[in-house]
Amino acid sequence: MSAALLKVAFAGPLVTIQDGGRFGAMRFGVPASGPMDRFAHAAANVALGRPAGAGAIEVSLGGLVLDCLEGGVTLALAGGGFTVDHGGVRAGGWCVRSLRAGERFAVRPGRWGAWCTLAVLGDLEAPEWLESRATHSVSGLGGGAIATGAELRVAAARIDPALEGDIPFPVTARPRPRLRAVIGPQDRHFTADALAAFPASVFTVTPACDRMGMRLAGPPLTLRDALAIPSEPIVRGSVQVAGDGVATLLHADHQTTGGYPKIATVISCDLDQAAQLRPRDRIGFELVDADAAVDLVRTRARRDARYFERLAQRRAGV
Amino acid sequence: MTNSGRSPTSDAPRFVPVADHALLVEFGEAIGEAEHAAVLRLDRALAAAPPVGLREVVPAYVALLVDFDPLASDHRAMTAAVTALLGAGASEGSAAATHEIPVCYDGDLAPDLPEVAARTGLSPEAVIAAHLSGDYDVRLYGFAPGYAYLAGVPEAIRLPRKPAALRGIPAGSLLIAGPQCIVSTLTMPTGWWIVGRSPAAILTGDPARPFLFDVGDRVRFRRIDADAFARLDRERGR
Repeated sequence: MSAALLKVAFAGPLVTIQDGGRFGAMRFGVPASGPMDRFAHAAANVALGRPAGAGAIEVSLGGLVLDCLEGGVTLALAGGGFTVDHGGVRAGGWCVRSLRAGERFAVRPGRWGAWCTLAVLGDLEAPEWLESRATHSVSGLGGGAIATGAELRVAAARIDPALEGDIPFPVTARPRPRLRAVIGPQDRHFTADALAAFPASVFTVTPACDRMGMRLAGPPLTLRDALAIPSEPIVRGSVQVAGDGVATLLHADHQTTGGYPKIATVISCDLDQAAQLRPRDRIGFELVDADAAVDLVRTRARRDARYFERLAQRRAGV
Repeated sequence: MTNSGRSPTSDAPRFVPVADHALLVEFGEAIGEAEHAAVLRLDRALAAAPPVGLREVVPAYVALLVDFDPLASDHRAMTAAVTALLGAGASEGSAAATHEIPVCYDGDLAPDLPEVAARTGLSPEAVIAAHLSGDYDVRLYGFAPGYAYLAGVPEAIRLPRKPAALRGIPAGSLLIAGPQCIVSTLTMPTGWWIVGRSPAAILTGDPARPFLFDVGDRVRFRRIDADAFARLDRERGR
């Protein structure tokens, strides 16, 4: 075992270090951060036999090019329809490859998807904040953004050819154009027209899209009363509506409280697929009640558990 | 499960489901002392006796978010658990801590002091005296990590926020708007009035206690001069 040294030949904006997330500090203004697509992050790590929430690199639509300067390391890429260019050979994402000294590994956006995770067989060195390497993109706290010219060190890096190959790609990794949501918690501040329009309309993802959230274009969701509500807690998945009637779906680096009313909240098992939507994609909302939301999340959790079990077995050669 | 038909009170909150994994417990609709006291009581009760599946609690002005693991609990079970804690009587717990925060109101560190003085019809010294006279308490965190919203800015110096935000305002800036006051922790934009700078570390860097304030704590400000600010700021290694 030794270290691998990777030079960042190019990194697009919002390429960051992420781990499973920083939980428990929302009361201090700190959202969990962590991967935009938690399922993909876990898949990349599990494909290498690593803990699902281990530190890894989240790649945005800007892409990432790494040159291996020293040592070698096996890498796994999962999430979105990204492509890989490894030593001049192009392939689809959702794969495990080994990178050796002198080789180049490029991750580029493909036909669909907005975020992917590049995991490493070893320990990616990055600063921790509050016991997590997840990067809060607004402040830069945590593992941090990855910039062109930086060098990344992977401690205890290994190459394991037995892991190489494709990662099975489940249909639930695709972007989901119809997001399931529970109405509220501040739906009472909206007009009857807005409440009727919300589940019945098609919205478009605007270019104002980052780790904090995704602004949507659609019919104005008019507020019933003046904007004087006290700041209320926000969660990942809150659909917040500003005074101009424009909705924003909040994501990994959301503010923890805010005074804009939330018309609805997307259920947790649809958020990874929401994150994979791109600007100009069309989306809609399907309202479900709270009990149905819990059932959907539990069903999805069982399904995901079976997927990760098979992924781990594939690695063990069963 | 919800009692959306009537207004919530500090004795009978409204429970509103949030997606699959949280419950918003609302004690009122407008900011008030009784509502916030009820939020703090329930916050303490949940910390003392966390229900099965509880992940975290986020206190705000009049409501508290109870976030839970949907594989271990659901809205109905959480509503029942919270209701039982409400009925269990006052859990007064430990008295709120009081913090004394040093602030320098001099020159470049207080760029908006002349404008606040002009708009309030006070002298800059009177604005400073008014700010120092306030008894503040931590109502909630928001906006960015460590941004604690303190209530208690005296009436005489309450101003609406500026029409547009200014970018790149340094960490440690003392900001006021309306009845609220913040000591910023990051270089961020703000539309609030910048009336001083504090060397206090609210993001403490201490893993055992990473944030200086808990929601509910009391805060007093103490005036320091530019030399003391420079010394304290150096000591904390900003």
